[in-house]
Amino acid sequence: MRFGGTLLMGGLLIASPFALGQDASLTLPKTVEAGSAFSIPSSGSGKASLYIVGLGQVVKRDVQLGTPISFPLGTLYSAGHYVTVLVRESSPPESGSFDVVPANKPADVTFLARPSRLPVGLHSGITGAVYVFDPYKNLITAPTAVSFELSSPKGAKQSRSIETRLGAAWSEMDSTQQQGMDKFVARVGEVSSTRVIGQVPGDPCGLKMNAHPAGQQIQLQTDPVRDCSGNAVPDGTIVTFTESYNGNESTVDVPIKRGIAEVKMPARPGARISVASGVVLGNEIRWEK
Amino acid sequence: MNKGRFLAVLLGGATVLLIAVGTLWPSKSAAVYAGTEGFLQTASTPEAAVHNLGEELRQGAWQKAYDSLANKAQFSEQQFLYDLMGFYPNLRTYATVDKYDVRPLRASSTDADVQLKLYWATVVGDSLSTRDLRVVRNGDGWQPVWPIEKQPVLPPQVIPVNYLRWDVIYRGAGDDWAAQDVEAPHVRIVDMHPVERADGVVILGELLNEDVVPAAVSVNATLLSKKDQSPIATEGSFDKISHLLLPKQVTPFLITFPNVSLSDVGSIRMTPFSSLISASADPVIEIQDEHLNPAPDASVSGQLTNQSGQIVNVAHVLGTFYDKSGNVVWVADQYIDRALLPQTPVPFDIPVPEDLARKVSTERTVVASYVSGGARG
Repeated sequence: MRFGGTLLMGGLLIASPFALGQDASLTLPKTVEAGSAFSIPSSGSGKASLYIVGLGQVVKRDVQLGTPISFPLGTLYSAGHYVTVLVRESSPPESGSFDVVPANKPADVTFLARPSRLPVGLHSGITGAVYVFDPYKNLITAPTAVSFELSSPKGAKQSRSIETRLGAAWSEMDSTQQQGMDKFVARVGEVSSTRVIGQVPGDPCGLKMNAHPAGQQIQLQTDPVRDCSGNAVPDGTIVTFTESYNGNESTVDVPIKRGIAEVKMPARPGARISVASGVVLGNEIRWEK
Repeated sequence: MNKGRFLAVLLGGATVLLIAVGTLWPSKSAAVYAGTEGFLQTASTPEAAVHNLGEELRQGAWQKAYDSLANKAQFSEQQFLYDLMGFYPNLRTYATVDKYDVRPLRASSTDADVQLKLYWATVVGDSLSTRDLRVVRNGDGWQPVWPIEKQPVLPPQVIPVNYLRWDVIYRGAGDDWAAQDVEAPHVRIVDMHPVERADGVVILGELLNEDVVPAAVSVNATLLSKKDQSPIATEGSFDKISHLLLPKQVTPFLITFPNVSLSDVGSIRMTPFSSLISASADPVIEIQDEHLNPAPDASVSGQLTNQSGQIVNVAHVLGTFYDKSGNVVWVADQYIDRALLPQTPVPFDIPVPEDLARKVSTERTVVASYVSGGARG
């Protein structure tokens, strides 16, 4: 479409090399709001063809000179620079130009929120960027007020109000101390877009295990594993138990189930048993029984 | 003209004659490569008897191998095959014997001990199986006695499992542009050391999944020239890594750069990769009795015990070796060529290079496991 319009415009201008600079029969507006109805007054007499060529759009009208040329709602909807060429029956064609600007009323926002999952308690860990569009998907470059709001399931809220620059606005938010699925909403006028940000527990904190005899084995069990904010570390997180004795070691990676990690290991008198999760070390037990 | 015709007839006749001779009396090596015959010899010595057994196993002639055994009445051919390749699908299920070595250990006039090393060609490389065979005289010949190892059999039972599982729903084609996708897992390289070895540069390190979801991981390294920071080479950690990391799990990695000298390297660019993957928290595999064996033949050995109800078809044991300062000095691995049955210990032994064995102070072992129809690290 764009390629065809460019060809058409080029062809018309090549066919009328002397048209530019002659007195215009059309009184072109400087700007037209995308999608709005408008008219172009014309002078003179006789019939002519009007071509309007822009990015992604080409419009042709058969016109009666001397009367206004009307364009209904939605005729020109792509924002950009448009060139007009008036081809008359008995005179050389003449050309002009005007701009189609985005409509002022926001109709859609594109909301990029990153990351979708992050640990609790991160300062400026969440970013949201918004692009504001009119009903015809033109980026509204005029300054527009955008509000960002991050709310946790327990009701805690963070809000920011930003004005767009050249159609875009962005903001940063802190992740809260509570795990959960937070709602991140960007609102422009009556239009809003929502993203979900998963706030997940951080590294285990104060990892502690207990040992109990279980026949020929030791039953090792951690206390409920929590991060430093008191959130339960999710099931499936790996906890590593290591038993050292007489230069030998036994290791087992155990996933947390129902908040705790537990395993049975051989009972060896004098063994040292340690627990860790990732880079976090827990307590150590010496088994004397 | 007549000379040319005579020469053509002569050459044609000679060709036909040679084909006939080759077909009727083929050379031994040609017969082997044609697959019609092996390097079998008369079992007039204990070594020859074991050599024949090795050759029959190499050819996949299981029945011939079974028939050649002196103690075949003690077990069936099927049990012999299970002993060689296991009941349950494992690394040897689709492997063949690539080559074999025979080494006499002891001999008398009536019996002898001979070691048979079978090199199985598996999908992850050679897998060595060593058996010490007793060979007994039988008339003019010798026959090996196969030291059958009865495979453990699982009693029929129901094992309730409530293991965790993560499933992933990615963004779909119907989602708007900019609709957020699920975040890739956050992973972090927690240790990295370049080491110069005889065959090139080796990058050793450890990777941590610091997220709360499972991650499929790999690590690439690019060596940059000392002169102009231009890339010398880029390599990845192919199988010296556990590619599936559960939350807070750590894997070692080893990346080799053959024929590169560390003195040419100015800096190293590390690139860890991670993506979400559906995974299961089971099976849990305990590593028991692991200990460092000093040089010579330095290694870390121990036993793997599958604590779950699932049968683990292939287990990959990765050992990370540290010096007294806690720096990684080597990463080595071993694939277990038997399926891990629930609560059934299976030994492992990972060799450590002799020159590094003296530096090793501590080690850490992790197991990546593969289950038919899925994988877990």
